[in-house]
Amino acid sequence: MSTENTELTPAAALFAGDLSVVNVGLAMFDEDIKAQNAQVSTLDWTPPGGGNPDAARALNALEASPELTAKIDAANAEAVERIMSARPMLIGFGRALDVVPGMTPTTILHSGPPITWDRMNGPMKGAVTGAIVFEGLAKDLDEAAEVAASGQITFRPCHEANSVGSMAGVTSASMYVHIVKNETHGNIAYTNLSEQMAKILRMGANDQSVIDRLVWMRDVFGPMLKEAVEFTGPVDLRLLLSQALHMGDECHNRNGAGTLLLFQALAPGLLQSSFTTEQKKEVFDFVASSDYFSGPTWMAMAKAALDAANGVENSTVLTTMARNGVDFGIRVAGLPGQWFTGPAQKVVGPMFAGYKPEDSGLDIGDSAITETYGFGGFAMSAAPAIVALVGGTVAEAMGYTRDMGEITTAQNPNVTIPALDFQGLPTGIDVRKVLDTGILPIINTAIAHKDAGIGMIGAGITHPPAEAFTKAATALAEAFGGTSS
Amino acid sequence: MSTTTAVVRKNTYFDSVSLMSVSTKANALDGVEQAFTAMGTEMNKGVLDNLGLLTDELKAAESGDLMVVLVAEDGADTDALLAEIEGLLTRKAPASADGGQVTYRTITSAAEGIAGANLAVIAVNGAYAAREARKALESGLHVMMFSDNVAVEDEIALKNLAHDKGLFMMGPDCGTAIINNIALCFGNKVRPGNVGIVAASGTGSQEVSVRVHALGGGVSQLIGTGGRDLSEQVGGIMMVDGIRALAADPATDVIVLVSKPPAPSVEKKVLAEVAAAGKPVVVWFIDGSEEAVTAAGGHFAAGSLQAAQKAVELAGIAPAAVEAFDAEAAAGAVVARLAEGQKYVRGLFCGGTLCDETMYAVRDAGLDVWSNIQKNADFRLPAGSASRGHTFLDFGDDDFTNGRPHPMIDPALRIERIVEEAKDPEVAALVMDFVLGFGSHEDPVGTTLPAIEEAQRIAAEAGRHLEVVAYVLGTDLDTPSVAAQTAALRAAGVTVTLSSTETGQFAREIAKKAQA
Repeated sequence: MSTENTELTPAAALFAGDLSVVNVGLAMFDEDIKAQNAQVSTLDWTPPGGGNPDAARALNALEASPELTAKIDAANAEAVERIMSARPMLIGFGRALDVVPGMTPTTILHSGPPITWDRMNGPMKGAVTGAIVFEGLAKDLDEAAEVAASGQITFRPCHEANSVGSMAGVTSASMYVHIVKNETHGNIAYTNLSEQMAKILRMGANDQSVIDRLVWMRDVFGPMLKEAVEFTGPVDLRLLLSQALHMGDECHNRNGAGTLLLFQALAPGLLQSSFTTEQKKEVFDFVASSDYFSGPTWMAMAKAALDAANGVENSTVLTTMARNGVDFGIRVAGLPGQWFTGPAQKVVGPMFAGYKPEDSGLDIGDSAITETYGFGGFAMSAAPAIVALVGGTVAEAMGYTRDMGEITTAQNPNVTIPALDFQGLPTGIDVRKVLDTGILPIINTAIAHKDAGIGMIGAGITHPPAEAFTKAATALAEAFGGTSS
Repeated sequence: MSTTTAVVRKNTYFDSVSLMSVSTKANALDGVEQAFTAMGTEMNKGVLDNLGLLTDELKAAESGDLMVVLVAEDGADTDALLAEIEGLLTRKAPASADGGQVTYRTITSAAEGIAGANLAVIAVNGAYAAREARKALESGLHVMMFSDNVAVEDEIALKNLAHDKGLFMMGPDCGTAIINNIALCFGNKVRPGNVGIVAASGTGSQEVSVRVHALGGGVSQLIGTGGRDLSEQVGGIMMVDGIRALAADPATDVIVLVSKPPAPSVEKKVLAEVAAAGKPVVVWFIDGSEEAVTAAGGHFAAGSLQAAQKAVELAGIAPAAVEAFDAEAAAGAVVARLAEGQKYVRGLFCGGTLCDETMYAVRDAGLDVWSNIQKNADFRLPAGSASRGHTFLDFGDDDFTNGRPHPMIDPALRIERIVEEAKDPEVAALVMDFVLGFGSHEDPVGTTLPAIEEAQRIAAEAGRHLEVVAYVLGTDLDTPSVAAQTAALRAAGVTVTLSSTETGQFAREIAKKAQA
C-alpha cells in the first residue's frame, strides 16, 4: 500500500466530492451550473479599483511578490493590534489654548484635510466666522469674514493637532475640549464639546444664540466638566463604547445609550463641582437636551486609538478618514502625515421637514474617525433602531457590517456586536482590500445645510471617493517598492 | 387652496430617525404639499412654528406625543393621505429579498465562506483574469479560466503555481470542461462513463464527448487546458497534469487527448506521459504523426470520430450502430445538380476545431484552402476579406469575436456571410456547424434558417443549386436536442452530416468533384 493513497490529491478530492463552483464574471454560467444541480455561487465582482487602471497598477505593485504581501500583512496585523489594544481614557477637559499642541489665540482648527479660507464651503465659513466673533477677534460676522480672509488666522486641520472635530470641526482657543489619553501607547487626543441641538456652530450656524451658547459652554459647561473628571478620575471610554454598542447605539449618529453611560460616569463629579445648583441644573438640562452629548467623546476615543498605528512601517491600514466639506481625505499608517484626497460626496438620507436634497452641503467632519475605528456605519448592525436612517432593513444593516468585514484586517475582540454573535467590530480598513473588492467604507453622518448660518437638516449615508484610495495605493506602492527591492 | 391637517397621537413614541424617514416618504406621496411627522419636542414645535404650522393642538403636544402635520394640495383626499402616512408609520420591514444568502465580492472571501467550494470559473476581462486566478489558486480552488487575452507569462506563472499545489489550471481561453458530469461554460450533456478527456481544444473536446456518447460510451472527466498549453512556451503543463490525474482516477479507464499539433519538444513530453499512464491513451492531435504516438504506446486517431470510436472500443463498450455514410456517392449526387462554374466549398464555422477538421480534410485531398486560421501565411484570409477558392472561416477566432460575443452565442456575423456567399456563382456548397449545449444559443438552427433559406432562394433565382451542408454538435440530452435541430434543417433541404469527421469527408468529396 502506497502512503500516497492515504491522502487524496486535490484532483482526486475534486473528482470524489461534489462540485462547488465559485463563478466570476458571467451570470449565464451560473444558470447553466444550477440547471445541472451543482452548487454555484456567483460573485458580485467588480474590477479592482472600479476599473481604474492606476488603481489596478498600484494594487498589482502591492502584490508584486509573496514576500511583499507577507510584509504588508504583518505590518497591518501590528497596526490593528495597536488600534485594538489602545485603551483611551477620558482624563480631563481643558481650554484648547491651554492643552492642544500648537494652539494660539488666532489658530482655528477645522475638520478634514487642509483647506484655505477661500475654498471652504458655506457651513465651514459660517462656523469660522462665528468662532472669530466668539473669540472677540471681530465685532460681527461681516468683519469676521474679513479677518478670516486677511491671513491673520492660522487654519489647521484638527487631525494635525491631535484632534478631531464634528462637522465643520471648528475649534478656537477658548473653547473647551476633551482630553483623552491612550493609556496603552501614551498618546493624547482632543475634541471639542457637543453643542447639542441643530442650530449650532459646528453645523455652520452662527447667530447670537449660537455665540451665547458657546460663551456659556466656555464659562460654565467646560469648567464644570473639567472639575468633574478631577473628582471622578479617568473614565475608560473603550469600556463605555462597548457597553453603548450592546445597548443599541452605533455611536456615530445614535448616542442615546452612550450619553447615558457617560453622564452616569460624570454625574457624581459634576455634583461635587464648585458651581451653583442652578448652574448644575443648567448643565444637566443641557446634556438631557440631546442624545448627542457623547458623540464627540467617542470620536476622541477613536482618534486616540488610531493615532497609535501611525508610522507602522509597510502598513496599508487607514488611520484617518476626514472631510472638510470640499475634500475627503484619508491617511494611512505606513505613510504618516500624508493626506490622500478626492471630492467630498453627497450624503443621502432623510431630511428634516421643509428641506430638500439640493439644500445639502457635501459630506463634512472628522466624525468618520468612528468608521475608521470600526463603529458608526460599520456597526449599524448593533443599532437596528437606526436603520431607518438609510431607509433600509435590519438585514441590510447586518449586510453593511459584513461588507465592511471584507475590507478590514481584523475583528476587534474588545468591542462586539451581540446580533452578530458578538463578532468584533470590523477593524483596520486596508487600502488594498478597498480597491480589490470595490467596496468603499460606509459612513453614516449628519447633513448640514450648504449655506452658512442654518445648521443640520438631515442625516444619511455616504462613502469616501474611490480616488483617495487610488492615490494612497499609488503612493504606498511607490514607497514599498523602494524599500522592498 | 391647500388644506392643513394636524393630528396628535398621545403617548406614541417613534424614534426621531424613523420619523425623518417617514417624513421623507410622506413628502413624496401624490397630493402632499408638505408632510411632517415628529415627536412633540420643543425643538420640533419650534420648527413647526417657523413654518407657520403650529396650531394650539400641536402646541399642547408633549415630547412623548407624535405629531402628524399634513399640508395637502387643493382637492387631495386628506383622509386617504393620512391613512397612507399611518401606513408608513406601521410599515413592516420586508423579508430579506435574498433569504439571507450571502453574496461574496472576492474569490478569497467566497473560498473562505463557502464550505466545500472547490473550483472557480473565471470569465472576467483578460486584464483582470490572471489576478483572480492567482487568488483562486492561493485559496486552494481549481481554476477554469474562460477569459482570453491573458499574457503567456501569466499563464505560465499560474500553471506553475497550480502544479505546485496539485490544482488544475484550465485555460486561459478554456471554453469547455466537464467535471463530475457537470458541464462548465460550453459543454454538452453526455452520459457519465469511463472515458476521460484532456483537451487543448474546446469544440474538439465537445465533439469527442458527444461522439463518445452517441456511440454508447460516457465521460468521466473532461479537462480543458486552454489552446496555448502545448506551445513551446507553456510546455504542456496542464495536459501533463491532466493525464496524471486521469491516470490516477479509478473512474477513468481510457484517456483521450485532443489538440492541434503540439510544439515538438512538448509532444515528446506529453507522449512520455502517455507511455507512463498505465491506461490506454487515444491521441488525436490534428494533423499529428501516427508514428510518434504508436511508438509511445498510444492509440493514434486521425479524426474526432476515430478518436471516439477507439476510446469506446478500449473502454469495453460495444459501439452503437452508426449509419454508414458514403461520402463519395453522396458528393456525386450533389455535384450532378451543380451549374457550370460552381466549384468551391465555403465553410462557415462556429467551432474552431470543427473548422480545422473540415479544412484539413479538404487540404489533404491536395486542394488549396483559404482560412482565417490557416497556419500557412500564404493562404491566410483576414476576417474582413472576401472568400476565395475553398474558404473555411472560423467565426469564433479572435479577429471575428473582438468586441462581440462568440458566434455560438450570437450568430449574427455568420448569418450575414451565409447570404453573401450565396451570391457568388462559384460557390457549390456551404458547410456549417451548429453547436448545442450549455453556454450556446438556445436555438442556433432556428435563428439561422431564414438566412439559409434566403441563400437557397438567391441561388435558385440565378439558376443554381446551392448545397447546404450542416453538422449539429449535440446529444439527445441537450436542450434543444440534436434530433430536433437536425429535423428542422432537413425540412429546409439541408444535408445534415452526423459527425465532424463525416462533415470533412463530405466537404472534401464535393470540393474534389466540383473542381475537377
